[in-house]
Amino acid sequence: MDSELRELYQQVILDHNKSPRNFKKLEDANHHAEGHNPLCGDHLDVYLQLENDVVKDISFIGNGCAISKSSASLMTAIVKGKTKKEAEHLFEKFHDLVTGNLKDANEIEALGKLAVFQGVQEFPARVKCASLAWHTLHVALNNTEEKISTE
Amino acid sequence: MLTDVKILDVQKIRKDFPILHTLVHGKPLVYFDNAATTQKPLCVIQKEEEYYKTLNSNIHRGVHSLSQKATTAYEQAREKVLRFFNASRLSEIIITKGTTDSINLVASSFGKKFIKEGDEIIISHLEHHSNIVPWQLLCEEKGAALKVIPINDKGEIIFEAFEKLISEKTKFISVVYVSNSLGTVNPVKEIIQLAHSRNIPVLIDAAQAIQHFKIDVQELDCDFLAFSGHKLYAPTGVGILYGKEKYLEEMPPYQGGGDMISSVTFEKTTYNSLPYKFEAGTPNIAGVIGMGTAIDYLNEIGMDLISSYEKDLFEYANAKLSSVEKLTPIGTAENKLSVFSFALEGIHPHDIGTILDFDGIAIRTGHHCTQPVMQRFGIPATARISLSFYNTKEEIDFTADALKKVFEVFG
Repeated sequence: MDSELRELYQQVILDHNKSPRNFKKLEDANHHAEGHNPLCGDHLDVYLQLENDVVKDISFIGNGCAISKSSASLMTAIVKGKTKKEAEHLFEKFHDLVTGNLKDANEIEALGKLAVFQGVQEFPARVKCASLAWHTLHVALNNTEEKISTE
Repeated sequence: MLTDVKILDVQKIRKDFPILHTLVHGKPLVYFDNAATTQKPLCVIQKEEEYYKTLNSNIHRGVHSLSQKATTAYEQAREKVLRFFNASRLSEIIITKGTTDSINLVASSFGKKFIKEGDEIIISHLEHHSNIVPWQLLCEEKGAALKVIPINDKGEIIFEAFEKLISEKTKFISVVYVSNSLGTVNPVKEIIQLAHSRNIPVLIDAAQAIQHFKIDVQELDCDFLAFSGHKLYAPTGVGILYGKEKYLEEMPPYQGGGDMISSVTFEKTTYNSLPYKFEAGTPNIAGVIGMGTAIDYLNEIGMDLISSYEKDLFEYANAKLSSVEKLTPIGTAENKLSVFSFALEGIHPHDIGTILDFDGIAIRTGHHCTQPVMQRFGIPATARISLSFYNTKEEIDFTADALKKVFEVFG
């Protein structure tokens, strides 16, 4: 298989696509947002339990491609326990990563498992898939109930 | 006699399309996104170039030679369109930017004049967003209601339901000829006949039909028909609205500006005659001339030959691709052409699209601007292969193998 393709569909991504973590509706969520990518019809809901600006719990449900689903799954795993500020910082760095604007090897390493999405930068059409969950998280953190769209 | 049988020489045809010889990710391009837009033959590309090199000037307003030559070439393209779908009057051929523009023109202008509060407009569940939203906008403005002909599980409209939808309130019907997301061919002739028995005008969205088979607007007896040049092997940004003069005469102008007037004073403007009343502003002249060339090209091959080749190719694709393991075709209408929409078990269409792209195969993935169709089938998106007469059975075999690879990636 083509190495660029393998770079995109890394094992971690395929694993999270197959068995997404925190894939449920959080019943006692106090923050929620709905994300939508009209380009491909991807749709997801992010639920948060935010206490004193700390993400006590997080979950998501929705429908999407392997990139968007695994991105949402990895995001929930990584953001859990982080402060709102830390989560927003990760979003910023993640966005830089998938758009090819994060060059520093240390900074990439600091993203941990999220670094598997580095391959996305070679696929401009798929950047929105990878970032949909994060955009939705950003809205949920700021507790606006409106629908967000990546278009 | 065997000598009478014309066979389409696909290898010869492919030589006419320069882009078919490009490589994508190092592989020969397999272009299966023809429902989105078709590729352009060299003659069309050269015609546009030639126009800018030798004719470029504005039409309908110059006495100088270039302007007159450009005007002649432009108007010849209109005549080619007329003959192509057998219209009888040039006044009934309006040049637009494309199907969307054509439908908006009718919704806006016919709507302004004839649609009132409480009226009803009928469309089908198979429509492209461009044949839904303009009518919704009109209904919202006028307080009219939009009624939708339902479809069955095969993706065919339910004709009995259509019969029941028609009432005294129905003032317009706008339906797609061939569905862009499922390939279903609608029984438009029957729809028009029934509508006319109740004196209701009908618009046919022929964006996915005009390039696949011979259309005769007089025989069809549609009141309006819309299509885009770029799906007919012509440049983007040009299209056609056919309309019966009896309606066009009554309809107010769609846009105001140059070319659509006969005289202007600050007190009163009188409008130009048909079709110019609906053609405000400088159009895509080179594109329109290119559309004329595309029509010449198709006529030279023969629409009947194109139809029979594409029918055979589609049947082959349908059988071959349907046999791929874990593949479910979406839309299985009895009367269907050119479009093969499908889902692969557990794999999102977007991922299919990216993986096939690495084999040089260009398909469309998504909702195809038909979200209501996706909702009907309970899916967010499909992967869609759409064919043209320059595609081959070898390309279909290659794609069937490539689809198996998609499962390898996903283990």
